[in-house]
Amino acid sequence: MNVNESIVVVLAASAIFYGTPLVFAAVGELLAERSGVLNLGVEGMMLMGAVTAFWAVQHLSGPDWLALMLATLIGGAAALAVSTIHAILVVGLRANQIVSGLALTIFAGGTGLSSYIGNVARLGGKPAQHEFGAINVIGLADVPVLGPILFHQNALVYGSWALVILALAYLYRTRTGLHLRSVGESPQTADVMGVNVARYRYAHTLAGGLLAGIGGAYFSLAITPNWIDGMTSGAGWIAIALVIFAFWRPELTLVGAYLFGIFSSLGFVLQARQVHLPPEVFASLPYVMTVVVLVVVSTGWAKQRLGAPAALGTPYVREER
Amino acid sequence: MRIERRLTTPRWLALAVPVASLVAAFAASSVVLLAAGKDPIAIYLRLFDRAFFASGALTSTFVTATPLLLTGLAAAAAFRMRLWNIGGEGQLYLGAVGASGVGLVLRDQSGIVIIAGMILGGLFSGAAWAVIPGLLRAYFNTNEIITTLMLNYVASLLLSYLIFDSQSFWRELSTFSARAFPQGKVLPDAAMWPSFNIGIAIVPFGLVVGIAVAALWWLFYGSTSFGFKARVLGDSPSAARYAGIQTRRVVVAMMALSGALAGLGGASEIGDFRHVLDPRGLQQAGLGYAGIVVAALARYNPYAVVVVAVLLGGLANAGYSLQGPDFPAGLVGVLQGMILFFALGGELLLRYRVTFGARRAAPPRALSIAAGPAGVSGP
Repeated sequence: MNVNESIVVVLAASAIFYGTPLVFAAVGELLAERSGVLNLGVEGMMLMGAVTAFWAVQHLSGPDWLALMLATLIGGAAALAVSTIHAILVVGLRANQIVSGLALTIFAGGTGLSSYIGNVARLGGKPAQHEFGAINVIGLADVPVLGPILFHQNALVYGSWALVILALAYLYRTRTGLHLRSVGESPQTADVMGVNVARYRYAHTLAGGLLAGIGGAYFSLAITPNWIDGMTSGAGWIAIALVIFAFWRPELTLVGAYLFGIFSSLGFVLQARQVHLPPEVFASLPYVMTVVVLVVVSTGWAKQRLGAPAALGTPYVREER
Repeated sequence: MRIERRLTTPRWLALAVPVASLVAAFAASSVVLLAAGKDPIAIYLRLFDRAFFASGALTSTFVTATPLLLTGLAAAAAFRMRLWNIGGEGQLYLGAVGASGVGLVLRDQSGIVIIAGMILGGLFSGAAWAVIPGLLRAYFNTNEIITTLMLNYVASLLLSYLIFDSQSFWRELSTFSARAFPQGKVLPDAAMWPSFNIGIAIVPFGLVVGIAVAALWWLFYGSTSFGFKARVLGDSPSAARYAGIQTRRVVVAMMALSGALAGLGGASEIGDFRHVLDPRGLQQAGLGYAGIVVAALARYNPYAVVVVAVLLGGLANAGYSLQGPDFPAGLVGVLQGMILFFALGGELLLRYRVTFGARRAAPPRALSIAAGPAGVSGP
């Protein structure tokens, strides 16, 4: 048998394929949390991205790559638009970040605006007009082992790698990144230094929305190229958990995301190899493993919550310093 | 514009703000309707008619409001002490599993025994599901927002497994058609919860139980030593630890209580309404998540939860019955989300005073105290 069809290679390749939307959403949430804003609306924002990107792709003609790029950006923009509500409420009006994020997920989520748009625009039950396909990078797709894993993925996978590198450079190599970290750790100090705390928080909450929307678009344009209500099925929440696993560091979101990619794809891979278990057992794996990993991360050596921005979840009011 | 913290909140404002946020939420949601070329006023009129005024509408609104009341209390109880139990949805599913299981086991007993058994079954299974994240939070400091939410998905898959992918005790397997089209076993007639005709509507037994629970909760929270500990822990975890309160126990107990309430909501959904474990119906209703909206709009006050549950129950009930081409799915979620947004924005008006105009110099502090007791307010 060809080594590239062995279970290890298939599993590794699909871990990357299924983990990629989590990378986008988790890096986005990480940027928002680094500024001190917890956004529990990721699930809702991803669904907004998924539905609007799918809508866009049905109406865009032209070459695949252009339609897909525009549709992905439209998905990101729609999610950015709904994240603005959260930003105004928690940064401008100092509302409770947890309840506001939940409200965003209820508003935009599987029984909210995303479902409404899908209904009104009659998007259900149609195949996508364009979809992300695997690219054979400089003809290396057939290289044993590494070929299918690294050189035969879709454009957004490569985009997610670029994103992680950019996020790393931004956080640790630029002045704005330094200011961002200081806003999340100690907004008082940042304020005294002349950093506009509110502006940083708005900008990074919106950036988080944009990236969550791109992650959502991945669902409706790459994983299952159609539209179903609530199709992200909890990926947004797993992305929030991933930020904690990754100790708020962009490069570690890759590790966590691909781990969950394995759990998401294990069912399909094993079923194709005649392993029969109730589908619910496989389907519940990512959720159960999220709990397990979260417990491991929150105990023992990691107990000091390595990396959590000190001001996460608290509004900053200059007069009440 | 300037914003300054209020020392006291006027009583009228505590009522006016939630009412105003409801009105504002409907106004804002009409944008979504207008964008789809629909007439918001016509749709809202039909919504309210179908929720409260059409014949039989109030009766079905009460049936929908019952589990919302209980999941709302569950969320309010936990959120009040900053324990973010978002697992009401899953705890409600487990309550439905427990209550229908007990109802089926006790099928040959008298009605009172079955109903009491179902209530206990719902309470215990909901509590058991919530104790998992409770223990993880208390002993490993694991973020309960994520764990309760993940367990919602697991509970939902468990429901599907019990009816669609296994030969479980809950599944009807006696007829050929039931084997081909999976469905749950229907509970015996004696397991149907009673209802009371009050003239304008029929009140389900679960609603009466829910109102009693809300009153008990108020007493429990305000007048017992456990309630006191929970309040201290909610307001200041470090103060609770210095006072020698065993915070872990309180956290686990509060999660169990919160889960028990949501589980009771699941039991009422089976006893008052479905009489069968119906995964699709429960999963589509989203009663647990709606409970969060109820709790937040009620500002975590148990009596207000009763009123808000009936209001939002009407909205949800009308949403199901109107669903179709003129009334797109998803609108109820949009309205619920908007209500929460405006309720949250309204909190600002309760906590802060917003003044317009030029900045005035604050009077010297000593002067305002010297002006007499009227000038001194707050702690």
